[in-house]
Amino acid sequence: MAYDKFNILTSTAVPLPIENVDTDQIIPARFLKATERKGFGDNLFRDWRYNPDNSPKEQFVLNNPIYGGKILVGGKNFGSGSSREHAAWAVYDYGFRCVVSSFFADIFRNNCLNVGVLPVQVSPEFLQAIFEAIEANPKTELEVNLPEQTITLKATGQQESFEINGYKKDNLLNGFDDIDYLLNMKVEIETFATKTPL
Amino acid sequence: MSKTLFDKVWDSHVVRSIENGPDVLFIDRHLVHEVTSPVAFLGLKNRSIPVLYPSRTFATADHNTPTRNQHLPVQDPLSANQLDALQRNAEAHGIPYWGLGHEKNGIVHVIGPENGITLPGATIVCGDSHTSTHGAFGAIAFGIGTSEVEMVLATQCIMQPKPKSMRISIDGKLNPAVTPKDVALYIISQLTTSGATGYFVEYAGEVFENMSMEGRMTVCNLSIEMGARGGMIAPDAKTFDYIKGREFAPKGADWDQAMAYWETLHSDADARFDRELHFDGASIEPMITYGTNPGMGVGITHSIPEASAVEGGASTYRKSLAYMDFNEGESMLGKKIDFVFLGSCTNGRIEDFRAFASVVKGRRKADHVTAWLVPGSHKVESAIREEGILEILEEAGFELREPGCSACLAMNDDKIPAGKYAVSTSNRNFEGRQGPGARTLLASPLVAAAAAVTGKVTDPRELLELQTA
Ligand code: SF4
Repeated sequence: MAYDKFNILTSTAVPLPIENVDTDQIIPARFLKATERKGFGDNLFRDWRYNPDNSPKEQFVLNNPIYGGKILVGGKNFGSGSSREHAAWAVYDYGFRCVVSSFFADIFRNNCLNVGVLPVQVSPEFLQAIFEAIEANPKTELEVNLPEQTITLKATGQQESFEINGYKKDNLLNGFDDIDYLLNMKVEIETFATKTPL
Repeated sequence: MSKTLFDKVWDSHVVRSIENGPDVLFIDRHLVHEVTSPVAFLGLKNRSIPVLYPSRTFATADHNTPTRNQHLPVQDPLSANQLDALQRNAEAHGIPYWGLGHEKNGIVHVIGPENGITLPGATIVCGDSHTSTHGAFGAIAFGIGTSEVEMVLATQCIMQPKPKSMRISIDGKLNPAVTPKDVALYIISQLTTSGATGYFVEYAGEVFENMSMEGRMTVCNLSIEMGARGGMIAPDAKTFDYIKGREFAPKGADWDQAMAYWETLHSDADARFDRELHFDGASIEPMITYGTNPGMGVGITHSIPEASAVEGGASTYRKSLAYMDFNEGESMLGKKIDFVFLGSCTNGRIEDFRAFASVVKGRRKADHVTAWLVPGSHKVESAIREEGILEILEEAGFELREPGCSACLAMNDDKIPAGKYAVSTSNRNFEGRQGPGARTLLASPLVAAAAAVTGKVTDPRELLELQTA
């Protein structure tokens, strides 16, 4: 699935200071019966966000108009649980392009990179500073600079750098996914295929 | 340079190595089912590209299917919609599709080997983590996400960094009533569910050499539950005998050529592994799990460990026992159970039904137990009838269902009710896996059979001894 290029993102952020947010909370299992990648954003954090009668739960952060933006800031060990890519789809489709946490579950991190969401891992102290800054002022902006691999709290200038593998970085900068890369190798692949019997 | 079995298969499939990035790996065979494929096919449509090699792709319906009345329209509209989508996608792209009722239909990891699709030295992927099953034939096989399903459909390749290698050797003789499932649950209990994260495992030694192909599949299937990407076993005469004559297996001159290659598929004598582990086969007992991950297992005569004796967080451990409503130090034997599930890609093959029948023969199902016996495929179902196993099961008060994943992930109607205990031959005992609030005890078909006739956790050796006496 193609996605938009990522370069420098400056945005307000939505705080979710909860640890061990698992993929069942991000997108409950019953939504795995879909046949299209549509509407996953509507079901992001479905059971935290809505009552069983579909009325919004006022106290949940996504239902609070004070907060918004393209960056989701979550507590430690974000995205643990099953390998369902639907969790990363839900994050992207809702409108987030970046998730910040002090630790990510492996598969969720990979799935994010595959669908165009940048996972940014920061130190626990910096994560705390971000939460505090947003609490003090919900209009606080973060700057995520992919070419430089830095994240900055705009108000204070406080900055950290983050890790990303060179290949994945190129993909995000260009809006490519692995399939684009592989499609460009088509001739090489077809030649290879003639060598491997069925 | 000397190589491991894994190196030989992996290296021969690398189309390109990307600096600072993953390898581009060619995939020989791609198995597809209804749940993780629809969005991948949509992706192809949006890019207006076809499936590159339909003849390397095989589709079946299994995850979301009912295990009763498969000849009638599927009741759940969402499930029916996924099944329709797969059928339409398969037709549009010229992929063989074995839908409900088709003689080749069944659980994706059961029908691959049955039809000769699974071959030594092949790379095999599927959008299901238990794809590791196919490693039993000396293939590299692992589960993938939906973006990767799209990638393989479009380009027959996947991008992955090469994992590290681990060899698990088990020598010695297994005790009576100790099955391949027990061997696997034992390894996971020793390694924990993350003990092999980042590794691809090779199983070696006497125990695996003596194991049937069905048994090897059970062990490789559970590799993922110790965190490994997959597991594999070097092919031998047993492997070749199993494959020979199956529909999609090579024939004639192709067979001879394939054999020449397959016979080179073993780790060289001086090959180096990143990690080596050894266990003694004689110290393994029939196993059962007591908690909410597959690593929380013990020999069936043992009691539930104290929180202080286990690695990791005591509070997580206690939370898990609270979910199960079990206490530290309690004996597993004698615990009352409500459901028995025989099936899944872990233990839904003919050998598993033979084992189950060997215990229930001449006995009666306990009245309070609900038993779901679900063959892994139509071929397994036919063998159950032909071998006279169905009669034994029916005389003991059991009924046979139609093939599918069923209560393994409970996406269909086969859900264990909240708070009930199920002895299951499947692979995951996570909270809610078999239905919201369900409590799962993973075990072998022999332990499941013993529970089904006594209504409680029972050592199958007691019943088997009675029978031979
Ligand atoms: S039986 Fe269970 S583990 Fe096996 S393919 Fe089906 S859902 Fe996956």
